[in-house]
Amino acid sequence: MSAVVLTAFVVYATVAAFWNADYYYRPYISPFYSPCLVAGCHLSAESYTSGRVNVPHLTVLGYWWVISPAILILVFPLGFRLTCYYYRRTYYRAFWRSPPACAVAEPHGSYSGETRFPLILQNVHRYFFYAGLVFNAILTYDAVVAFRNHAGQWGHVGLGTFVLVVNALLLWMYSLGCHSCRHIVGGRLKHFSRHPVRFRMWGLVSKLNARHMQFAWASLIWVALTDLYVRLAASGTIHGGWV
Amino acid sequence: MSYDLTLRIWRGDASGGDFVDYTVPAEDGEVVLDAVHRVQANLAGDMAVRWNCKAGKCGSCSAEVNGRPRLMCLARLSTFPRDEAIVLTPLRTFPVVRDLVTDVSFNYRKAELVPAFEPTAEQPVAPFRMAQVDVERSQEFRKCIECWICQDVCHVIRDHEDNKPAFSGPRFFIRYAELDMHPNDARDRKRLVQEERGLGMCNITKCCTEVCPEGIKITDNGIIPMKERVVDVKYDPLVRFLSRRRRGA
Ligand code: SF4
Ligand code: SF4
Ligand code: FES
Ligand code: FES
Repeated sequence: MSAVVLTAFVVYATVAAFWNADYYYRPYISPFYSPCLVAGCHLSAESYTSGRVNVPHLTVLGYWWVISPAILILVFPLGFRLTCYYYRRTYYRAFWRSPPACAVAEPHGSYSGETRFPLILQNVHRYFFYAGLVFNAILTYDAVVAFRNHAGQWGHVGLGTFVLVVNALLLWMYSLGCHSCRHIVGGRLKHFSRHPVRFRMWGLVSKLNARHMQFAWASLIWVALTDLYVRLAASGTIHGGWV
Repeated sequence: MSYDLTLRIWRGDASGGDFVDYTVPAEDGEVVLDAVHRVQANLAGDMAVRWNCKAGKCGSCSAEVNGRPRLMCLARLSTFPRDEAIVLTPLRTFPVVRDLVTDVSFNYRKAELVPAFEPTAEQPVAPFRMAQVDVERSQEFRKCIECWICQDVCHVIRDHEDNKPAFSGPRFFIRYAELDMHPNDARDRKRLVQEERGLGMCNITKCCTEVCPEGIKITDNGIIPMKERVVDVKYDPLVRFLSRRRRGA
């Protein structure tokens, strides 16, 4: 089951990332394409209603970058999830079959776990966590901006607003329940009693951490749905005031 | 209501063995160990089985019930279908002595390797004063009854005999974690647990947590926090830089 959902997600994300169109329907931007770092963004995304729309973008790279701008940023969320302790458990079991299930023999002759290259790189997880926070902030901004309507006036609440807000919330729940986050906010201490504030934060993070699996799946699936929603809106498949 | 229960028990020793079926009367409210005792009393007086408390507290009666490592005294008969034989085998990761009894001395050798608690200069002698929140944290690990079920299920040594010398196992990782989180322990075992006790071999697939009869969150509260602590001293340049500066200042 986990293998099916993960595979489906990877296939969808790959297609969506290389599609390089239909990722913006003012004011909604697909989470796969935010932030947009290339100048070409406003040329490649077109909207069915108003013709060419300027996708908000930071011109870090110029027009020479012609393949999808999603490729530039997806490596961060991808790395974050790939090195996440929960996903590690899941794909070691489901794909690498190490072990296939508890007390079921694994089909490998030798085993060194996470002690060697490349798996020793899992130890960088906390840096992906830091990067994840930056992305969460950006996607939260995108969710706030989604309270504007297609013409740019504030006060709009469409289905897309809801979709983007839930997306940002789930991503925060997922990231803040991260084991590295739990370690950084307080887990690394020897004396909880001498750091009451950090102890309290650790307690809150621990609560999210206990639900980390649920948030991992919920946020993964929702991110894909968010992209799909923006795609449907941008391509004109769905339209109307409620969008 | 009494019914006839069949136990398919592995009988043998280090040189080999086979399954033997025994049918004994059983009651719904009983546990697997009750039925095993009935077999021993009536049908197989020479069958070896280790047990002590019958209450899930001594950690002696570990075996594999239908392929799943667990305590026989906590395995309720009412959770198994009545018309199917329950299969009992000795712990697979450790050498068989006889029938359901294995030689678990591997674990005692690993226990000897844990560098003992070393009090800080601040409170060099007992009794130590500790705040309740700090006590509670390690309390979870102290619930361990050393049943070795987690050690048995862990694929690192269950499927790879050759890893045994280099791997202490989940039970001891929580021991290292407990000491590392102890406010009054001065010794640093982080590099040791990674470099010589095999923490890095654990791929956090969580089977140890799934089988622990004490419900200890071995991976989430012990192994993963320990891995993060190891990252601090070995793999995170930022933390290493900052802690060096702090020490220097
Ligand atoms: S989580 Fe680690 S220690 Fe626990 S059973 Fe799995 S590999 Fe072994
Ligand atoms: S940690 Fe749990 S499973 Fe492992 S030896 Fe202790 S009580 Fe048994
Ligand atoms: S452990 Fe899952 S995100 Fe860090
Ligand atoms: S007999 Fe003591 S734990 Fe089962």
